Amino acid sequence: MLGFSPEELTAIKLSLRVGFWAMLGSLPVALAVAMLLSRARFWGLSLLNAVVHLPLVMPPVVTGYILLLLFGRRGPLGAFLADCCGIVFAFRWTGAALACAVMGFPLMVRSMRLSIDAVDRRLEAAAATLGANRAWVWLTVTLPLILPGVLAGMILSFARALGEFGATITFVSNIPGETQTLPTAIYTLLQVPSGEAGAFRLTLISIAISVAALLASEAVVRHSSRRAAGL
Amino acid sequence: MSVLRVSVEHRLGDFVLDAAFESEGGLTALFGRSGAGKTSLINAIAGLYRPERGRIDIDGAVLTDTAAGVFVASHRRRIGYVFQEDRLFPHLSARQNLLYGRWFAPQPAAADFGQIVALLGIGHLLSRRPANLSGGEKQRVAIGRALLAAPRLLVMDEPLAALDERRRAEILPYIERLRDEMGVPIVYVSHSVAEVARLATTLVVLSEGRVAATGPTAEIMARLDLFPLTGRSEAGAILSTRVAAHDPAFGLSVLRAAAGELRVPRVDLPAGTALRVRIRARDVMIALAPPEQLSALNVLPGTIAEIAGGDGPIMQLRLDCAGEALVARLTRRSVETLGLVPGKSVYAVIKSIAFDRHAFAGVPDGSASASADAEIAEG
Repeated sequence: MLGFSPEELTAIKLSLRVGFWAMLGSLPVALAVAMLLSRARFWGLSLLNAVVHLPLVMPPVVTGYILLLLFGRRGPLGAFLADCCGIVFAFRWTGAALACAVMGFPLMVRSMRLSIDAVDRRLEAAAATLGANRAWVWLTVTLPLILPGVLAGMILSFARALGEFGATITFVSNIPGETQTLPTAIYTLLQVPSGEAGAFRLTLISIAISVAALLASEAVVRHSSRRAAGL
Repeated sequence: MSVLRVSVEHRLGDFVLDAAFESEGGLTALFGRSGAGKTSLINAIAGLYRPERGRIDIDGAVLTDTAAGVFVASHRRRIGYVFQEDRLFPHLSARQNLLYGRWFAPQPAAADFGQIVALLGIGHLLSRRPANLSGGEKQRVAIGRALLAAPRLLVMDEPLAALDERRRAEILPYIERLRDEMGVPIVYVSHSVAEVARLATTLVVLSEGRVAATGPTAEIMARLDLFPLTGRSEAGAILSTRVAAHDPAFGLSVLRAAAGELRVPRVDLPAGTALRVRIRARDVMIALAPPEQLSALNVLPGTIAEIAGGDGPIMQLRLDCAGEALVARLTRRSVETLGLVPGKSVYAVIKSIAFDRHAFAGVPDGSASASADAEIAEG
């Protein structure tokens, strides 16, 4: 199949799985944080804003190391989650997904927040006078109107996950079949003399997936923007 | 018994709203200049904010009572709100917009979907998105949406202000039918004398956050002391008339009021139809004797009830014409030359063409062209 070795195929599948779960897992949190940043007024708002954007400006290695400290086997959160729910991040593909989710989080929140800021709140007041409580207003008016931003944020996060390298390799290392995603696989192949052909194949695949994701996001956002605008 | 009782005190920066009024159904107009507090008052009724002090109840149900700590959330009030801008949900079709409130209504609307759609004439628009509707169409859908949520009260905040003259004329008849056929009390905010004169059964005049006057529309419109608020040049009395006969040869109709008969450009309504006519004060002339050899067709005998205006060049007169009030604006010179004083018997003279389309309530658009024709004919 296109001359991929089993290891290369594993890396491609793993990358897609990691990207998908990173995107899906951060979605509810990002939506809640975006709502908070856009609507809530409380002390510490700018602090929350800064924390959310940290992964964007910190070296990815630092983010990975912090994740290792917190979610490693002996880290406070890692030990707690392993004891209570059997969730282990360290050196597992779940850890790679966590690292990617954290790295893509600012991009996702930013995209959602911009669309929430743009919502005409008078429409929400109108929905309330028609009998909808806050939850229904959010589900039937706010969410449909911000859907383009939500989808754009999801795709940005997915694309970011496919390219994530530093935080992942620092946090969960580079274990073939468990935590070796496309970028780390390419890196590994480049370290051995015979690996250049494989690296080139994976690079092409990486470019193809990225371009497909961007085109899909373009189409989805355009379609849902038109829907939200009522065209 | 009052259907709606409102009393609100609230401070917004330098502006103080301190207003109270009652409504016994029909259409209550909150009338006043921009900044008089009209919108703040209906927003309090709709529960969009919590006033500092106040009490609002409707049909005996208390919605706001700051003394007792009662504040019903706006989505539980069942008050339909028609905003100045249509505020239709852009992502929903006209039909989905109309049905939005139904998901939450505890009981079905008094009128069914088909009836309201027919009343508002929006049957052909149902599948369209708001972006593909004209301003007037959007506002009609917005009215239908509010009605279908089964409201116990409809509040309308200058629903015509964002529309041009033609769209306004298109929607006014629908609001009249709403008032007369739906049985939902309406609180209608407006700064337009013409709209208020045409629509309101009860008038609440607001000025700088306070109620300057309240009462039946005809009574308030005829009060000379309120002229500065009811608009000097637009101010006028309202007569309740019935169509008595038509004069096809001259294209005129005869309206009968308690004050007398009026000949006006033809109105396309069957004899016997009730019609509300506004006669602007500036269109009324005063004669001491029944005039002869005069082109004006309408002469109503009456007695001067009140003269106001002080030392200014323009005076306001209120006439009592067989129990109905008529108001006139004259120069102080004329008042003195004719020796007009309260109690004096006079004749009010009104040109037929003064009854333009703004003068009538409940008349189809045909009257506009009819009055234009009359103007040309007489000119």
